[in-house]
Amino acid sequence: MSRIVIREERCKGCLLCTTACPKGLIVQSERFNKMGYKVAEVPEGRMAECTACASCAKLCPDCCITVYKSEKPAAKGKAAGGKKEKK
Amino acid sequence: MSEKIVFQKPESVYDRATHYCPGCHHGTIHRLVGEILDEMKLREKTILVSSIGCSVFLYNYLEVDAVEAPHGRAPAVATGVKRARMDKFVFTYQGDGDLASIGMAEIMHAANRGERISVVFVNNTVYGMTGGQMAPTTMEGQKTTTCPSGRCPESHGLPIRMAEIIASLGGVAFCARTAVDTVKNLNQTKKAIRRAFEVQTAGTGFGFVEVLSTCPTNWRMTPLKANERIAAEMIPYFPLGVFKDADAEVCA
Ligand SMILES: Cc1ncc(C[n+]2csc(CCOP(=O)(O)OP(=O)(O)O)c2C)c(N)n1
Ligand code: SF4
Ligand code: SF4
Ligand code: SF4
Repeated sequence: MSRIVIREERCKGCLLCTTACPKGLIVQSERFNKMGYKVAEVPEGRMAECTACASCAKLCPDCCITVYKSEKPAAKGKAAGGKKEKK
Repeated sequence: MSEKIVFQKPESVYDRATHYCPGCHHGTIHRLVGEILDEMKLREKTILVSSIGCSVFLYNYLEVDAVEAPHGRAPAVATGVKRARMDKFVFTYQGDGDLASIGMAEIMHAANRGERISVVFVNNTVYGMTGGQMAPTTMEGQKTTTCPSGRCPESHGLPIRMAEIIASLGGVAFCARTAVDTVKNLNQTKKAIRRAFEVQTAGTGFGFVEVLSTCPTNWRMTPLKANERIAAEMIPYFPLGVFKDADAEVCA
């Protein structure tokens, strides 16, 4: 599945990313980082909805977000297909 | 399952926390510049001329050679750098206090002379670094520390629209105004800065992009409210668009 990684130690809690996500996946967490900002997160269980559109990452002023897109396995074998379902 | 990275920090941007306030668009604009330097493979031949304002430490964030100019003088310093080293890519990055107040003479004449430099102009309607004083771009009625009851056109004049003025000058090859409040606008900003860089690498003329930007701290707004102000108040007065995209014959 596609996913994002938010570097919490860099996050300033501005929440611009939360308005950018077309799926509304990003919210403010209850955690503070060392700079004292309440960091953004994708709540448990919702990451599967991420489409890797990168809107959140583009609007983040602090380069906190890396976006990963899942790639269809090159081999068309059934084993590869099965794997994809699991993760 | 395999996956690939589709978005990450550009190489030209150092992996380092910035000193900017939460939600400040300076960081976003730095990153766009970094992406374009990477894509155009300009990093090794770039000389940045940074200005005075919150972006004064830009050379700590972009991995390029740099000269720090006195307040407002970046276009004059960049003129000298470019004329001495025509093989280099030279750009300035300036705020609205820097470019449109103390540096008004320098920007006007550099643009009019058609210096082969590019300018990224960040308009956040205040002097950010010094605590939010009124700038020439402060909106009518906007409260700042030096106009506490709001900018009043009778005594302060109307906010200056720099992009329109710059576009009217002969030496200018590309001039646009953009914003980074939404993904759509941000994509336009990237295109515009790229064009402003390309007119220099092609030797056509002077390139200029005004980017509407937030200063949540001095606007006394949350980052989200400040971001909304761009569309609600700034764009109606400072319209987005390309004001000039000319070829070499037009540029003196
Ligand atoms: C010759 C001189 N005059 C005044 C100052 C004080 N000063 C520092 S930054 C600044 C204005 C910065 O505002 P702007 O260019 O809009 O950048 P921002 O901080 O908003 O990004 C001023 C007036 C100075 N450093 N040097
Ligand atoms: S990449 Fe797109 S879908 Fe995924 S979290 Fe970011 S904005 Fe949402
Ligand atoms: S946009 Fe960036 S800094 Fe702001 S809350 Fe999201 S991840 Fe954090
Ligand atoms: S004072 Fe304003 S311009 Fe300066 S870093 Fe803070 S928000 Fe950005």
